[in-house]
This record gives sequence, C-alpha cells and structure tokens, in this order.
Amino acid sequence: MSITGIEVAGQDAAAGEAALDADAAKIEGRSQWQLTWRRLRRDKVAMTALAVILIMIVLAILAPAFVSLTHHPPNIAYPNTGEDAAGNPVGPGTSGFWLGTDGTGRDLFIRILYGARISLFVGFITTFIGVVAGLAVGLMAGYFGGVVDTVLARFTDAVLAFPYVVLALALAVVLGPSLTVIIGVISFFSWAAIARIVRGQTLSIKEKEYIEAARSLGAGPFRIMIFDILPNLLAPVLVLATLYIPTAIVFEATLSYLGLGIQPPTASWGDILADAQNFFQTSWWYVVFPALFLLITTLAFNLLGDGVRDAMDPRTERVLAAGKGRRRRRGKRQVLADSDESDMAPAVGGS
Amino acid sequence: MSDTLDSTEPGPTPPAEDDVLVRVENMVKYFPVRTGGLVRRTVGHVQAVDNVSLSIPRGKTLGLVGETGSGKSTLARCVAGLIPVTSGKVIFDGRDITNLSHGAMRPVRREIQMIFQDPYSSLNPRRRVGAIIGDPFTIHRTASGGERKRQVQELMERVGLNPEHYNRFPAEFSGGQRQRIGVARALALRPKLIICDEPVSALDVSIQAQVLNLLADLQRDYGLSYLFIAHDLEVVRHVSDSVAVMYLGRIGESGPVGPVYSSPRHPYTAALLSAAPAADPDTAAARQRIILTGDVPSPIDPPSGCRFHPRCPKAQAVCSQQEPQLEAKAGDAATHLAACHFPVEAGENLAAAGRSELT
Repeated sequence: MSITGIEVAGQDAAAGEAALDADAAKIEGRSQWQLTWRRLRRDKVAMTALAVILIMIVLAILAPAFVSLTHHPPNIAYPNTGEDAAGNPVGPGTSGFWLGTDGTGRDLFIRILYGARISLFVGFITTFIGVVAGLAVGLMAGYFGGVVDTVLARFTDAVLAFPYVVLALALAVVLGPSLTVIIGVISFFSWAAIARIVRGQTLSIKEKEYIEAARSLGAGPFRIMIFDILPNLLAPVLVLATLYIPTAIVFEATLSYLGLGIQPPTASWGDILADAQNFFQTSWWYVVFPALFLLITTLAFNLLGDGVRDAMDPRTERVLAAGKGRRRRRGKRQVLADSDESDMAPAVGGS
Repeated sequence: MSDTLDSTEPGPTPPAEDDVLVRVENMVKYFPVRTGGLVRRTVGHVQAVDNVSLSIPRGKTLGLVGETGSGKSTLARCVAGLIPVTSGKVIFDGRDITNLSHGAMRPVRREIQMIFQDPYSSLNPRRRVGAIIGDPFTIHRTASGGERKRQVQELMERVGLNPEHYNRFPAEFSGGQRQRIGVARALALRPKLIICDEPVSALDVSIQAQVLNLLADLQRDYGLSYLFIAHDLEVVRHVSDSVAVMYLGRIGESGPVGPVYSSPRHPYTAALLSAAPAADPDTAAARQRIILTGDVPSPIDPPSGCRFHPRCPKAQAVCSQQEPQLEAKAGDAATHLAACHFPVEAGENLAAAGRSELT
C-alpha cells in the first residue's frame, strides 16, 4: 500500500539515508504507520475489503485483456447473438456473453469492466484533488488565522451548504457533460469537508510548543505547515480519503445515471444502470450485475476506511499491548484529534 | 531565608557595555482584549509586560522568577523575537533587534535559542529525533546529508543521549531524555543566548538536577548566556548569577543572587522566599511565613501606583498613588535594585506586620 510512501514523504530526507544505513535500520523506531499497518493486517474485514479493491483495480486495468478473450469490444453491439428474437438482452452465459448483454446487445461484463475504469479513476482522482485542496485551504486558514481564515472558512461553509446536485446539474447543462466536468464538480465538493477538519486540527496543533520551537529556529510559515503540522494531519486525512473514494464513485454514478456524466457509448456504471431500468422486468442481470459491482466496490472502500480508522485508534493499541488479545472493533470512537494520546501509547521500541 | 547564607558577597560592579549580551530597555507588551463577533472592538489590554529593563552579561545566567501570569514567558518570547513588543527595545550583542522582520531576524535566530517547559509538547511526535535536532541545520542550511547526521549525533552525544537513537520518535524517550533532545536542538547552531522557559519544572526532581548540571556544563564549555525562567526559587539560586523578580508585568527586585536571597528588599520577594519549601525541617519550622492575602490582580486592570500594594503588608497611602522606581536602596550594592517605597529592613518581621494590618 501507499502507506509507507506517505511516511517517507512526510519526513526529512534523513529517513532515506537511514534506510541505506544497515546499522541504523536495526535500531529504527517503529513509526505510527508501521504500527497502523500491523494492526490493520490483523483486521480480517479490512484485509478482505482491501483484497476486493485490489481485485477490482486489476479487473479494470485488465479490461482490454478480457476483450481479447471474449472478442467483444465494449462499444460494439451484437444484434444477432446478443439479442433474442424480441430484441431483448440475452441472459448470462448465452453465446459467450458471461454476464449477458445490455439493451443494445453489447457485452454487459466488458461494459461493467470499462465502467469500473471510469468509476475508480474518478474516485481516486477527485479524492486526490479534494485532499490536496482541502489540506492547502485548511492549513492556511488554520495557521494564518485572521482575515485569511475568515475568507477561507466562510467560503468552505458556503461550499458545504450548497445543494451540490443542483449545481452539478446546472454546470453539466452549461458546460456540456464530460469526464472533465464530472471530475471538476466532484472535486469541488470534496475538498470543503476535508478543509474544515484540517483547519480545526491545525488550530489545535499550532498552539503546541514544537511549533513555537520551529519558529524560534527561524522556520517560515510554509516550512512549519509542511514539516511540522502536515505529518500530524496525515492520519485523519487518510481515513477521510478512504471514505471519500466511495462517495465520489456513487456521485459519479448518480450524475451519469441522470445523464449528466459520462456520455454514451462510453460505459459507466451510472449509464448502464440508467439504461437498465427499462429492462428490469425482463432482464434481471442487466440491473443486478452493475449494481452489484457498484455496491461491492463502495462497500469495500467503506469497510477499509473503517478498518484504517480503527487501526489508528490509540486505544486499540493499548488493548493489544496489554495482551488482552481480541480487540473490539465496533463501538469505539476514534480519538484522532488527540494526537498526543497515540504517542503516549506504549511503543515497543526496537532496542 | 536563613541568616547563615553568605550575604557579604560583594555585588559585582556594573558590567561594561561590551560585556552585556542582552539589554532590554523599557519593554512594554500589551495584548489587546477584543470583543467577539463580526466587528471586533478593543476593550482593553492585558498588560503582560510593563516597562521592564534588564540586562544579561555574557556567559552569565539571569534568573527570572515570578508567579504564573507575572509576564515571565511573555518577556522571554519578546526577547526571542517570537512576538512583537508594544514598545521598548531589545539590544542583542550591540544590535537593536526589536521587531525585526522575519528575514532580518533569521541570522539573529541562530544566536538566540529557546528551551521549552514541556518536553512532551515541545517535540513534534510525528518526527524522528534526528530530524528534530537536524532542523536548525536544515533551516539555516549550515549542513546537510551525512554531515548533518554526523553533527546531530555529535550533539546527541554531547547532551548525554545515545547517538544510535537517531531514528527514534520522541515517544520512545523519557521526560528527562526528551528535555535533552530540546537542549541539543537549542545548542545546534552554537547560540550565544539560550532562553530557558521553565526547563525543569515538568521534570522529576532527580532528573531536574541532571538537566541543570548539563546546562551548567554547556555554559562553561561554550560560554553561553542563559535567561533562566522558573518559579522554583531554589533552582534559580542554584543556576543564576543574578535574579529578577517579576510581579504583574513589572520587576519588583533585581540583583546578584546572594544579596537578593539573603536580604530581600521588596516585600514580595520576601514573601516568595518565605514560602519556598525548605529541605531542612528545623529551618522550615523556624521560618516565619509571610502569608499574602488575596489573589494576583488582573493584568487587564492592574492596581495603581505600586502593583503589589493591595497585597502588601507594608502598604501605605503613597503606594497606591505613586509608582516606586527600581533603584538601589540605602546600604545595598549598586546592582541590587528594588522598586518599593518602604523597603524591607534586615530583621524586620513582615509576617507580624501582615497580621496586624489585616484586622
């Protein structure tokens, strides 16, 4: 996973040097990310969710390979083999269509795979943009305070209060529906909630003495934001990001379903579902399979996000450290806000 | 305090100008008090530091004592240039460094460093010790890569940490070790002045001594000057050459440690000294504690005249009208200054005076 990647980025180049130094590696302290990963690995639900997500990503990447396997390109209709005499879709397994065909006689499985590419791409890219923008806005609002904070925080509130479906519809009508517009609209509505949480955390972190220590060393505001505040924000933001991906995927599906997203003939889960509603009485597979892919994907992301949040819960660590064995996953609230707590947790050093 | 203390120590002559590293002249720091809401109005000021002057000689330690809220930390942060002063001057090494811009302050920051009170809050929990101690080198671009690592490990060794623990996180160290990390960070750029903001008050007593001894060793080896803030009078006596007592943003008394501790002139100093716990039970029993009445008044609306007068056992009418000047009292060395209209005389029983006037 990219967890280790984030860790390296969050630190000085010093960590890189250390990795080269074999002696140093032996006595290297266990970072928060290593501890989180160890705990996450023991979480069967989260690991299953992670596996499902990885399978989904592999399927999406390998979509062209399945095309060469089935000889059914995603946008080609097969009126002869793919539709029955009445012009309705054929069921799963018929004439080499693994999951049947859609309303115009195209291979449903291939189209779902191509839809996965769009969904996952939109999910990741909009979350990435939202996280970067949310971090930038939240950090600046929280750190600088004053007028900067007032302007940014009110803007954030305005975005959060906006009826986003209405704006998305209006934008799609004005600009014309396209992938770029979709990504823009979803990103625009993703950053605000992240910015608000980042701002709150920044406000509390900037009062710590280590921020004052950095200032007394002569560090400028942006160095402080990136090197001193950001590493403390990565944990809550990572959890948020994992939970934002499925939201973005559903949002994209919603817009496509309403005809404002990806335009035919390009496949997208929302489009497929929109077309499928005309056939749900005759062809169950046409609705069930794309809906199932959407459901499984979003569920997997949500469960993984839950698992990551639990794994970062410092109290979970205490239970483990005390040798109580099984941990209670549910009913435990995160205390991400209190970052000091997690650091006080007994760290089993490598000495 | 006890009379056995060496009170005959001669006060040093006022240091020549180039022997003074830091001079604070008439420093004033007011924080505005604003109403909430959309239109913010300033309704008053917290007079955190009010007209304070002091100087720190090269290679010496000035102890700054006072209760919580007396303005010690604010004064320290003003000297370090972390917060702008309202008026007055900070002269560092012959240069006026008052309210310099971020860029102009950068070279000065190398020479003034701080050690903070809370060893838990003053180290970033998400960064490795090597990165924390290496920060000064990175920020001032004095060393990088392997050279920085070497210097960081040298510093760790100097302050008594295992250099192999370079890659650990602060959470893996005890409070005393963490404070050593803070000392190493402050020492990295070879500063001339280190401002210690209650560096040992969060530590266990046995650990306090270790850190204090480390600070003393470093002072001897590198010729450091310290501005040492504490509320523990014994700690201040142990480390300081001279001492200044703050009360509500003003200096009540200042001078060499010996005279101030043995014959305090300001009633507040006398009260503080009488309240300090003594290790010897006989001394403690024999001592007459001066119990001050009331609380420290609000620095938003400090008392007129002498700020200590509402709580002073010796207060008279003039104390509430006229602000006493910080000056040497009759019979004292020129360096022993007190701001009091009615300085405490040797052998005077303030505890009794306080009781009689309270009725």
